Amino acid sequence: MPLILDHVSQVYNPDTETPVRALDDVSLVLPEGQFIGIIGHTGSGKSTLVQHLNGLMMPTEGNVYYNGKDIADKDFNKKELRKHVGLVFQYPEHQLFETDVFADVCFGPKNMGLTKKEAELAAFDALRKVDFPNDLYYASVFELSGGQKRRAAIAGVLAMKPDFLVLDEPTAGLDPVGRYEILDMVSALHKESGMTIILVSHSMEDVAKYVERVIVMDRGKVAYDDTPREVFTHGEELEAMGLGIPESTRIARMLKDKGINVDPDVLTVTEAADSIYAAVTGNNK
Amino acid sequence: MIRDITIGQYYQTESPVHRLDPRVKLLGTLLFIITLFLYKNPAGYALGIVFLLAVIKTSRVPIRFITKGLKGILVVLLLTVIINLFLTPGTELVSFWKFTITYEGIGVALTMLFRLTMLIMGSSIVTLTTTPNNLTDGLEKGLGFLKIFRGPVGDVAMMMSIALRFIPILMEETDRIMKAQLARGADFESGNIVKKAKALVPVLVPLFVSAFRRAGDLAMAMEARCYRGGDGRTKMKPLIYKKRDAIAYIILFSFVILSVWIGRWQVISEFFNSLYLRFILK
Repeated sequence: MPLILDHVSQVYNPDTETPVRALDDVSLVLPEGQFIGIIGHTGSGKSTLVQHLNGLMMPTEGNVYYNGKDIADKDFNKKELRKHVGLVFQYPEHQLFETDVFADVCFGPKNMGLTKKEAELAAFDALRKVDFPNDLYYASVFELSGGQKRRAAIAGVLAMKPDFLVLDEPTAGLDPVGRYEILDMVSALHKESGMTIILVSHSMEDVAKYVERVIVMDRGKVAYDDTPREVFTHGEELEAMGLGIPESTRIARMLKDKGINVDPDVLTVTEAADSIYAAVTGNNK
Repeated sequence: MIRDITIGQYYQTESPVHRLDPRVKLLGTLLFIITLFLYKNPAGYALGIVFLLAVIKTSRVPIRFITKGLKGILVVLLLTVIINLFLTPGTELVSFWKFTITYEGIGVALTMLFRLTMLIMGSSIVTLTTTPNNLTDGLEKGLGFLKIFRGPVGDVAMMMSIALRFIPILMEETDRIMKAQLARGADFESGNIVKKAKALVPVLVPLFVSAFRRAGDLAMAMEARCYRGGDGRTKMKPLIYKKRDAIAYIILFSFVILSVWIGRWQVISEFFNSLYLRFILK
């Protein structure tokens, strides 16, 4: 059941001297099963955009449809929508409040009206999916490390068994190892359960390696909406939006410009290394 | 939901009132409030209203923003009016069941309504046209004379500016945590009062944790920059009176003198009023 945004705009402070168009005429179709990356510079409207996906914010103009129904309709059940579209906020560990991790993860499913046993099973399942250490299930949330807290918080949303999982900057404030652990975990979720993942980030590197579709936001508008390879051909335009392309792609392009026969469309470090190796060994012959 | 609170809100624009020294505005508000209690006749009220409207006009703040502050005390206003209307003894106007409305009651109720409304509007003009930082700077310097009595003016001013600075941060944080819990299916609206209060636990716990974390971070950042109490700290933008402040003071004091004059004039007009009333009653 796809999510459809139809000419959505969001205006902050509409009747002051400084109205802000956080979203400006955004139209998107988000079908199930995709792994989508939303990138944009700070203030490009990406966080505002994702809050429209589960009805936390309502568009000032335009409509959002889920399953063919307008979410602004009076009889639309927003709680049901939030069960299907799980949203993990930036720094989600700041929302933890229960005495122990397990109880906190149970909060979501319990709100969905599940019995205690069903909720606990869902929580257990979610904690397992995020590779949360077994011996810390009943630890206080204050005893956890940054990365562990983040996993617990993601599990809190995952436990509601959503069809869409929207993650707003899930790697913010983590060290490189922690970042890739989280991203690998999210990628595994997509592969194993076919869950639709929407990953919001300002880092091209994060997005390039994992997603199949990139939506680039710039000043409240959708600038590009395509595969990563296609989007990264617009290097200069992205640079102007304060984004740039992944380092590996940039280096490959520079080498290509210098006349070395490298594939300029590589996305990851491994691809770049292989391509450079092939070019160098080829030249040596 | 939380954006509706206007107390202490600053309205960003360019105007002569915005540029005034905060000390002028603070003293001005104090004097304005005092004059409100000097008037006893319509001429005084008119003078007060004209003065306030003139200030609002110069400040370029839409009047909507100023009246928004009144919404919050609407209940208090109504209660004051009703109590004064029914409980002031005097000449009877109408009477039903156990209630009587008197001529004096109407007078007192209207006076109270006028004073409270003007008081709120007058003070919101100051917060709407002055940034919190400027306001505390003004307080610190304006109350500087208390240092003679060993009053910790600098520290109190620092505490005030930190508290003011934290209001929008904590409001934003509350909004964010509420949204995060809503995304997990929390329900803040339905149920009875006990259920609603319980529903706030998932918001309040993280909010307190975050307030403590922020306070700790801030204390550390201040110590790292060698903060040792407010004494002897210099300012990047020290408050210095300019020509426009002098002009503002002149206008302000003329207004106060005029108000006092009209207040005294009132004694005479009250005498005539009472004669007039007596004449009508006969």
